[in-house]
Amino acid sequence: MFANLAQKVLIPALLAYVVQNAPNTLAALPLADQQVIRIGNGTEPKGLDPAKVTGVPEHHILQNLFEGLTGQDPVTLEPTPGMASSWKVSRDGKTYTFNIRPDAKWSDGTPLTAEDFVSSWLRALAPKTASEYAYQLYYLENGEEFNTGKIKDPAKVGVKATDKRTLVVTLKSSTPFFLRLTSFYTLYPVPAHIIKKYGEEEWTHEGKMVSNGPFRLTEWKINKHIKMVRNENYWDAGKVKLSEAVFLPIENIDTENKMFHQGELDMTNTVPSLRIPKYAKEKESSPEQHPYQSHPYLGTYFYRLNVNKKPLDDKRVRRALALTIDRKTLIEKVTLGGQTPALGFTPPNTAGYTFDGTLNATMTPAALAEAQKLLADAGFPGGKGFPKLDILYNTSEDHKKIAIAIQQMWKKHLGIEVGLYNQEWKVYLTSQAQMNYAVSRSAWIGDYPDPNTFLDMWVTGGGNNNTGWSNKDYDRLIAEAARAKDQASRHAIFKKAETILMSEMPVIPIYVYTRNRLQSRKVALLDGALNAVPWKSNILDSMPLKNYVMTK
Amino acid sequence: MILYILKRLLAMIPVLWIIATLTFVLMKAAPGGPFDSERQIPAEILKNIEEQYHLNDPLLVQYGRFLGQLARFDLGPSFRYAGRSVNDIIAETFPVSATLGILALIYALLLGVAAGLFAASKPNSVRDYSAMGISMLGICMPSFVIGPLLVLVFASTLKWLPVAGWDSWKDMILPSLTLGTSYAAYISRLTRAGLMDIIRQDYIRTAKAKGLSGFAIMVRHTMRGGLLPVVSFMGPAVAAVVTGSLVVETIFNIPGLGRFFVQSALNRDYTLVMGTVLFLAVLVLLCNLVTDVIYAFLDPRVRYE
Repeated sequence: MFANLAQKVLIPALLAYVVQNAPNTLAALPLADQQVIRIGNGTEPKGLDPAKVTGVPEHHILQNLFEGLTGQDPVTLEPTPGMASSWKVSRDGKTYTFNIRPDAKWSDGTPLTAEDFVSSWLRALAPKTASEYAYQLYYLENGEEFNTGKIKDPAKVGVKATDKRTLVVTLKSSTPFFLRLTSFYTLYPVPAHIIKKYGEEEWTHEGKMVSNGPFRLTEWKINKHIKMVRNENYWDAGKVKLSEAVFLPIENIDTENKMFHQGELDMTNTVPSLRIPKYAKEKESSPEQHPYQSHPYLGTYFYRLNVNKKPLDDKRVRRALALTIDRKTLIEKVTLGGQTPALGFTPPNTAGYTFDGTLNATMTPAALAEAQKLLADAGFPGGKGFPKLDILYNTSEDHKKIAIAIQQMWKKHLGIEVGLYNQEWKVYLTSQAQMNYAVSRSAWIGDYPDPNTFLDMWVTGGGNNNTGWSNKDYDRLIAEAARAKDQASRHAIFKKAETILMSEMPVIPIYVYTRNRLQSRKVALLDGALNAVPWKSNILDSMPLKNYVMTK
Repeated sequence: MILYILKRLLAMIPVLWIIATLTFVLMKAAPGGPFDSERQIPAEILKNIEEQYHLNDPLLVQYGRFLGQLARFDLGPSFRYAGRSVNDIIAETFPVSATLGILALIYALLLGVAAGLFAASKPNSVRDYSAMGISMLGICMPSFVIGPLLVLVFASTLKWLPVAGWDSWKDMILPSLTLGTSYAAYISRLTRAGLMDIIRQDYIRTAKAKGLSGFAIMVRHTMRGGLLPVVSFMGPAVAAVVTGSLVVETIFNIPGLGRFFVQSALNRDYTLVMGTVLFLAVLVLLCNLVTDVIYAFLDPRVRYE
């Protein structure tokens, strides 16, 4: 009787328990015969020279062709050993000693040494390379001076190879996120021997390029595709499961969507916003099966206010405007992308930092009353006498819809008249840079997961400030944060700074971006120990194909 | 005749120079530059970049350098696509657009001339009105409607053909149909109008009086003159169609040249703008020349001395 019970109930239950909780090892996965992935990647990359390019599509490709001193955990984004097998940081946090792994090689089999990093970083900094992202290396001692031509002698820059395997990096000041920067593409090594052979322009072309990452380039057809195959000379090649990856630049999002449904793509770059509500609903009934994925992304959509323009020079007016945007309604009815309301400028949980915003997600009566009172105090009770404001946006249906919604909210809640006008992208950028606007649609995507990338742009005269806003206390706090000894005190300083920013309100945060895509359930994610882990995109939207595998 | 062609070729040089100069002026007058972005580049770095691309020279110096390069058929490096020269980009993408364009034109000519003949063979009949009605529909429907409709039917629903791409012959069918349809419609109307005009001529009456069959009259006598409007339409049409279409190339994700006409201007990729504009200009001028030469063969009244 008991035996029977055990056989019928207990054993299957136990088995089910074991199966559910056992780590999903690679061996247990039904692997596809063809380990090929096809990815929609937005636009044609500007280039494949890590020192010269900027942008997200470029990042997706380069991070798989190259590897920096450090890599990134696919889930947590914490630095992992890359070309450097280990490193030591000096007590003052200014000197990093990296040990380059002995089996580090270029894809043509040439050994990769510490000297390669020195020459690559100096190349990125050299004025004639004309690298847009050269400032990612300004943390090095004399990096900025060398790039701007104040120092001509490269030996004075804080990067040295003491022997073939040891790279010593000296920083200007302690930079707590430096090990995250070393996995950023501007800091990747580039093959000096190949650049010398083919020249600065041609070395990235198919048939010529040599790289040091998990994959190597085999084909690059402009506006068609970029193909890469597993690099057998990569130190960790044994763990790379995909044999080939194809990146397709597909600008038309409806085409991309149809290609996915036809099975021509395994992952899309985005999802047409009108389809998101339908996908989100379908996903509720079959969360495991549905290809729709939506993840927070390290970026904020916001409006810049020109504080030199009356009446926006009054912070009460600025705050009244910020308070009367119903962010939740905007997201649910207009943007449709499952974004989250931005209550501060830095997206929540940016490398463990969350600012408890003083803004509101929905319109509460209290917020409305506060906003109306602020506007009355500023001399415009009920919006009377308020000059007409114009919202500038770059030509796009999505930005237009958002601007119309906000126009209506301000009219309804504050009684003010708002006009809209759009400009073509480059004209809009010029207007914004010359501060030729009153309110301007903007967006900021973080360079690295750290609040600094969101907050240091608002210092007095910052190149990306463009609002005319200036605050001495704020400047002092941002400078102080750079010198902070540990992460906790650094975050505390950032919070103080962001509190100032949000009470002064030179910018109105609207929403935190999400990354939406369709992804075949055949694509599985592996952790460092080759166990399948539940799918999780990361806030940087990095795409470490090293950790991907195709299942049946 | 040869002298005439040589003269025309020489005359292209000043025309191209004017086009290049106008493009240069307009390009520099447009606000923004190739290296503006949402993430502003620090001033010192921008200086390095501008020096590298000679953007900080006085405009006249830039203009002089550019004309010098042009004389050597060197269009310079693209500003947007690091490591690619404009010559490379055109060389890589033009064959794709040209293949697509030629396929579309063959389809347009076959369908258009056939429909025109069909309509003109019995003017003001049901077949005339139905053929011309359909062609009007073809002219009115823009390619961004036809393209997705064809994809919906033949790719997404019937699954006979791929949605997009440019790998096999199957990829060429839907874009060629999309691109060619409006041309086919134009050609059918031009053919009909041209034929109707000729049918009333005395020499056709003579041919009829001689007792030639309707078919022989149509092919030997009517078509030769009746297709002249189609020939003059084809000149600029060939140039436009082989350099690609932004819409069709975007819908079907085709790696052709057409997209660069618009993208390069939006990116302020000065060298690529200039390259695509001049390339198109040369093609248009050459196609017009070829048209005029064909005219001389088709129409005995036309003589070039």
